[in-house]
Amino acid sequence: MVLLAVFAYYPLYGWVYAFFDYTPPIPLSQSPFVGFKWFHSLVENQVKIDQLLQVIKNTFGISGLGILFSWLPMLFAIFLTEIKAVRFRKFIQTVTTLPNFISWVLVYSLAFSMFSSEGMVNGFLHMTGLSDSPVLFLQSSDHVWLTMWFWATWKTLGWSAILYIAAIMGIDESLYEAAYVDGATRMQVIRHVVLPSMMPTYFVLLMLQIASFLNNGLEQYFVFQNAFNKDTIQVLDLYVYNLAMGGGSYSVSVAISMLKSLISVVLLFSVNGLSKLLRGEGIV
Amino acid sequence: MSDSQTGFTPNSRDIDISKTVKMQVSATDKIISTVIYILFSLFAFICVYPFYSIIINTISANDLSAKGEIIFWPKGIHFQNYVDVFKIPGLGNAFVISLGRTVIGTLLTVGASAFLGFMFAQEDMWGKKFWYRFTIITMFFNAGIIPWYLTMRSLHLTDNFLAYILPSVVAPFFIILVKTFVEATPKELQQAASIDGAGIFTIFYKVILPISKPILATVAIFSAVNQWNSFQDTLLLVTDSKLYSLQFILYNYINQASSLSTMVNLQNAGSTAMATLATKQTSTSIRMTVTIIVVAPILLVYPIFQRFFVKGIIIGAVKG
Repeated sequence: MVLLAVFAYYPLYGWVYAFFDYTPPIPLSQSPFVGFKWFHSLVENQVKIDQLLQVIKNTFGISGLGILFSWLPMLFAIFLTEIKAVRFRKFIQTVTTLPNFISWVLVYSLAFSMFSSEGMVNGFLHMTGLSDSPVLFLQSSDHVWLTMWFWATWKTLGWSAILYIAAIMGIDESLYEAAYVDGATRMQVIRHVVLPSMMPTYFVLLMLQIASFLNNGLEQYFVFQNAFNKDTIQVLDLYVYNLAMGGGSYSVSVAISMLKSLISVVLLFSVNGLSKLLRGEGIV
Repeated sequence: MSDSQTGFTPNSRDIDISKTVKMQVSATDKIISTVIYILFSLFAFICVYPFYSIIINTISANDLSAKGEIIFWPKGIHFQNYVDVFKIPGLGNAFVISLGRTVIGTLLTVGASAFLGFMFAQEDMWGKKFWYRFTIITMFFNAGIIPWYLTMRSLHLTDNFLAYILPSVVAPFFIILVKTFVEATPKELQQAASIDGAGIFTIFYKVILPISKPILATVAIFSAVNQWNSFQDTLLLVTDSKLYSLQFILYNYINQASSLSTMVNLQNAGSTAMATLATKQTSTSIRMTVTIIVVAPILLVYPIFQRFFVKGIIIGAVKG
């Protein structure tokens, strides 16, 4: 409990940095109190507004793609359980959950080996004569949201499906039997028996995903960022990090962190309220 | 793609998720089945191929792999890369750091999760509701990266090995897993023990711990993987190269591998005469070899434990 208080709650105190003009070697007690100056500074001129808007756009774009495709793991689980060959199914499940257990650094290393200008994909294109000049998959700012979505999906799809597989296992056997007795085809069974039983799980997970809309995490975007894609890859978490660690502007980044956390809490409670309204039960 | 090629063998003792009901098979069903098989095979291939391709590249002739010409099978097999990569200064140290934080961190996390999960499963725990919420809320809400960093700095946990261990000891998700598991065990076990005069700690130690092995194994493997994979804390908190983890070293190598290959080749030039083109270190060969070294423990451990944690997650998901 003490550890939790220290590492999860004490950092909240760090929010005071947002109200001071803090530069690293000088202790906070000697830094001047500046009130809401840093919050104003976020929107003080057009350049900063544009930058912040771009960051928010990226955050919304990447999170939005994730939410748009949030039904993929469910689909994955439904069709995986449809496979009758046990060995094949186990093999697929084992192999597709593997990427979830490697770090983003390793994902980046794999991506780099495959898609960099000297990587295997370009080597293959060159060998087969499909392309003369290397395709710059990683150094391009086009489609960054899509590629980020692709890597995240690659990493987590098989793993996320496990929850749904658990839900499918929980379906009452008699429902299936009834459906077959009524002469339902496979697709009809999926539509009328499996899918409705999955909806509660799907909604809970969707709500959680919406609640953490602003929290893309740092690691994935940090490892994939480079001079070429910086504009379209900077999500809020990465932006905060770059501001503080790259630019030394601790106070501004704490201010953004703080706004972000507050908005997240509001989101969480609105989604929770919505869930209570729609389904009669909350998620927290 | 066969099992022997990837090194993974599906485990037949896994949970059986098929429904046993017989059904009539129509022509459309067959087409659907075929499409399902093709799509899943394709996705499985995409998941495994990157690992396979890096492995064959590390044992192939380095001049060919640097040009991206090793695609389906190795050419000019040699193992010099693995010998040379261990000559890179700092790598052995990083290995010790990564291993150390994994072992120590995992032990402490499992201990804390087991005890707190057990406590939260007790009906009569003091202030249970408050403490449970106090714990769970941290899963959804935190101050942000920079305030966290500033806190760690004010606690003097920068450039300190403890920074790898302490923040992750209490993990709400693991506590929920253990709590759910303990609640599913028969109450009579604990009651019988307490009638025999066992205190709360004796019950925990003598009754709960032995029967909680499956869930604790799950927590252990998750937390070990987390520790091994952790990168962000090194990035934020550590400037002392003695405390670099393998992940951090690998990240650096991806970004500056060319200078490293020069370094290794210079060292080699002294001992062996002239390295041939095929075994001469390139930035690609170093990067890939380090990648394999970092990913190897996971590849080795994963097939053994996969059965365990899938079961553990399913237990947790169905009950909670």
